Amino acid sequence: MKPRQKRLAIILGGLAALGIAAALILNAFQSNLVFFFTPTQVANGEAPKERAFRIGGLVKEGSLQRSDIVARFIVTDTAKEIPVAYEGILPDLFSEGKGVVAQGVLGADGKFTATEVLAKHDENYMPPEAQAAVDKAHEATRTLKQ
Amino acid sequence: MIPEIGSFALVLALLVALVQGTLPLIGAQRGVPAWIALARPASSMLFLLIAVAFGCLTASFINNDFSVVYVAQHSNSRLPLEYRISGVWGGHEGSLLLWVLMLSLWSLAVAAFSRSLPDDMVARVQGVLGLVAAGFILFILLTSSPFERLLPGAEDGRDLNPLLQDPGLIFHPPMLYMGYVGFSVAFAFAIAALLSGRLDAAWARWSRPWTTAAWIFLTLGIGLGSIWAYYELGWGGWWFWDPVENASFLPWLVGTALIHSLAVTEKRGSFKNWTVLLAIGAFSLSLLGTFLVRSGVLSSVHAFASDPKRGIFILLFLAVVVGSSLTLFAWRAPKVSLGGAFALVSRETLLLINNVLLLSAAGAVLLGTLYPLVIDALNLGKLSVGPPYFNAVFTPLMVPLLFLMAVGPVARWKQASLAEIARPLRWAFGIAVAAGISIPFFYGGWSGSVALGMGLAIWIVGASVLQIITRARSSLPPRAFWGMHLAHMGVAVTVVGIVMVTQYESERDVRMAPGDTVKTGEYQIRFLGVEGISGPNYNAARGNLELLKDGQLVMSLHPEKRKYLSSAMPMTEAFIDPGLTRDVYVSLGDPLEGGDGAWSVRVYYKPFVSWIWGGAVLMALGGLLAASDRRYRLKSTAARADKLAAQGAAS
Repeated sequence: MKPRQKRLAIILGGLAALGIAAALILNAFQSNLVFFFTPTQVANGEAPKERAFRIGGLVKEGSLQRSDIVARFIVTDTAKEIPVAYEGILPDLFSEGKGVVAQGVLGADGKFTATEVLAKHDENYMPPEAQAAVDKAHEATRTLKQ
Repeated sequence: MIPEIGSFALVLALLVALVQGTLPLIGAQRGVPAWIALARPASSMLFLLIAVAFGCLTASFINNDFSVVYVAQHSNSRLPLEYRISGVWGGHEGSLLLWVLMLSLWSLAVAAFSRSLPDDMVARVQGVLGLVAAGFILFILLTSSPFERLLPGAEDGRDLNPLLQDPGLIFHPPMLYMGYVGFSVAFAFAIAALLSGRLDAAWARWSRPWTTAAWIFLTLGIGLGSIWAYYELGWGGWWFWDPVENASFLPWLVGTALIHSLAVTEKRGSFKNWTVLLAIGAFSLSLLGTFLVRSGVLSSVHAFASDPKRGIFILLFLAVVVGSSLTLFAWRAPKVSLGGAFALVSRETLLLINNVLLLSAAGAVLLGTLYPLVIDALNLGKLSVGPPYFNAVFTPLMVPLLFLMAVGPVARWKQASLAEIARPLRWAFGIAVAAGISIPFFYGGWSGSVALGMGLAIWIVGASVLQIITRARSSLPPRAFWGMHLAHMGVAVTVVGIVMVTQYESERDVRMAPGDTVKTGEYQIRFLGVEGISGPNYNAARGNLELLKDGQLVMSLHPEKRKYLSSAMPMTEAFIDPGLTRDVYVSLGDPLEGGDGAWSVRVYYKPFVSWIWGGAVLMALGGLLAASDRRYRLKSTAARADKLAAQGAAS
């Protein structure tokens, strides 16, 4: 091959490799996005039925039941409530009245089965998503009152 | 008084940094020897002043001076001394001070070990480092001074976050910061070379040991962070693709690409522009990492409450650094000569592929890390990108990288032939294929990913061992040769750990009442009960469990659930029985209802998990060997002789 042809071959090969890599990346990206919904949005039926998503809000006072390895609790944004079941050990800073973010799927019965409950590592720290959910609910009630 | 001294020292440090960041640079451009000569003393002065400031903060911590806001927030009179010292970098303000301390330390090291470099080069490098230091000191002084007073002083401090009361915290952040900040030296060398127009092999040779040094610290820092997460966060994962982990991994990926690209620039004079871009990229990603961790925009395990206004400063700083260095690059790059030509099959091509793969991986990780932030900032909703994305993208990119890692060192520069590459490697290839296929059968059942991973690991080690034997027969190879092969084998060791633990681990959360037994790996674990104990600044529920093998007691296991007195924050302390081929990991969950004293217990069996970090240590050792190669020192002796001769001739 002449140098010019060689350079062309290298460039074309490089472009093809980049194209394939970009296609793989975007494909994996599309199918692994996890969206976030507030309890109000879930109650309104905005959340997907089969796909996993995240919910966030406060753990309702007095709602935590833990007799078995499955923990059951209610996540609320002070407007709507979603019952959650999680099989496993909850993170250290999980407690009633505090903010929480959980990832999982919504069942047909409106119960949320979490595969992951996110741990926060500072007792004064509120997950931004949970804060946003509560703020949004407050805003909604304020507009309703007006 | 002490905090005021610290504050004053920091203001003086800002002035010194501004001097260091301007006069030597201008002097080098205009050829003013007096201004050039300022670079070295300025860097010593800068280090001294920042060390004084850091010392003052440490003293306030040791003396329990709770009239300092930062101390009151991050310490407590009952905190043991070692954590009062490491508490200095347990929060935002102090860790920034540590960042600047590290930066001035690197600057001092460049001044000390660059006697052989031309003075104007040193002046430019120190100037760039001075500007970076000035930016960060300004940031500390404007938004996050650790020396602010609380009047009246607090009775007692709020205590250091219990998660951070751990030997891991003493070492993890300093190591990581040494790595992050170390890339500023490679960056400064690149900018200095652009400014002077001397983008040549000598520049690459000066940059190489510094880049490798930074990379060593970053490798160790990431490894330590992974170990810390594994035992301290209590759920036994070693990597989460958490945004902050990604933030440290991105500069590592680009830094690794930079090390390889620098090799080409030094040996063959090619890839010059590319190398400069990588040096700018590695440092910019370090800054981006600092921004991500310190701005509070992330929802992650590292996201401690913080002030978003600070993020804007770092973001602006990042924009200035990236913008100005890319502008400089665009202005200067067209003048850079192209290096030696090379054939399609050559070591240059293989290293080019290495760079493309590493950068694609970095790009994919960057996309997954930043996308949720961008979407949130544009108010388009909240979402996250899960670990499956990163695994799906990362693995296919790593497979060719690992395969070619064994091939690269065999290939000749400039022009190689496939037959020449294949001949010495055919044995390694055969062994790797055979071992890869058979190993999974011996170990818990066939799996394609284990076969591939183990095959690649053995392929890398086999190829390295063969080359070492061949080379050592004729003469003793230089340290750089050993370093490269040790680092490559370190990667193989890490791959073994990752593949084995991912495929064969067993993770179970179970309900256990006293007397219950569960099986894990070849062991049984019996739960006896939980008792209350008290530590220096906490009370704890301590589990009593027994590790049994074939009914025989191997050891007692004592995981703890601690409650810290000052904050009442609960904290899980896992108990790990580490081993070369497996870890047994237990941690306590919570007491369960039912009145039979049952607890939820995590019982994990992690085969080969320690290899992940063992590999990182090997990589770092390899880096150390490579960076300490005689070549870098020999050249400097020769250069010094040249310089003396030149001076002699001039006088």
